[in-house]
Amino acid sequence: MEYLYSPWPWYVAGPLIAGTMLLLTLMGKKFGMSSNLRTLCSIGGAGRFVDFFRFDWKKDQWNLWIVVGVIAGGFVALQFLSPEAPQINEDVVEQLETLGIHSTNTSFVPTELFSLDALLTLKGFLIILVAGFLVGFGARYAGGCTSGHAISGLSNFQVPSLIAVVGFFIGGLVMVHLIFPLLF
Amino acid sequence: MKKVIAYLAVGFFLGVLFIKSEVASWFRIYEMFQFKSFHMYGLMGTAVVIGIIGVQLIKHKKAKDFSGQPISIADKDRSIARYLIGGTLFGLGWALAGACPGPMFVLIGTGFVSVLVLIFGALLGTFAYGALRSKLPH
Repeated sequence: MEYLYSPWPWYVAGPLIAGTMLLLTLMGKKFGMSSNLRTLCSIGGAGRFVDFFRFDWKKDQWNLWIVVGVIAGGFVALQFLSPEAPQINEDVVEQLETLGIHSTNTSFVPTELFSLDALLTLKGFLIILVAGFLVGFGARYAGGCTSGHAISGLSNFQVPSLIAVVGFFIGGLVMVHLIFPLLF
Repeated sequence: MKKVIAYLAVGFFLGVLFIKSEVASWFRIYEMFQFKSFHMYGLMGTAVVIGIIGVQLIKHKKAKDFSGQPISIADKDRSIARYLIGGTLFGLGWALAGACPGPMFVLIGTGFVSVLVLIFGALLGTFAYGALRSKLPH
């Protein structure tokens, strides 16, 4: 049981992610999480305003069941199977201290960003909303996210996916190295 | 019904995996973009290597899916602009939120209301893309 409570190392988690992607392929589906955002927009009635959301979302219903499972699995893992927060590289812990983030190694996500107190400030609210917006906008613009491009696409030798992943890293590096010092 | 249970089960497993592998942790994403830990790189590297082997086997053997249909994995459309610009915007959000779309859903389990705002933002972004699509370079 101990392996269930300690974090799973990369050489366990990586193969399991690949295995899940391959299992979905064998189920006649594909591994892509951000498609669900489009499906949810359609269900919410976005098709009345924009053609892009006018499609038969019922055939993508299976993916929403995956999402329901993901939410449940995450809840169980966070509440019952994770006694310890992620333990981060010491240099990074110090660096985060200088940015005013002190919840490293004690919380799964930084409370300085995700707590209700932070959300109730204009800056905190905007950070979360804009972060979500960029993820949603960028994923659909690029035609996929980490699961669709970095895992599924690269596994199928797709050059477009490689370009997308390069983009993911350009964006991530710019955010962490150039924008974070201005934000925090 | 049996299929729904299968999807729920796969999703449940993924949810546990996103947490136990810590890919849904903001701190892990930050650490990755600081190149201070091998964790995320090793994880994505092994996932892709094993993914390549699996996908090539499926293609080579012309494998059928569980319902007996031939498996076809569509190629992505050719373009540079949409992948580079879209990817970069995604990367900015990924680093700021510390979560990509799968982990975003998984974080509901933390109980932070912010996660719902994050998902709402993602829906808003998706909607905005749909509305602006014809005006963007693809």
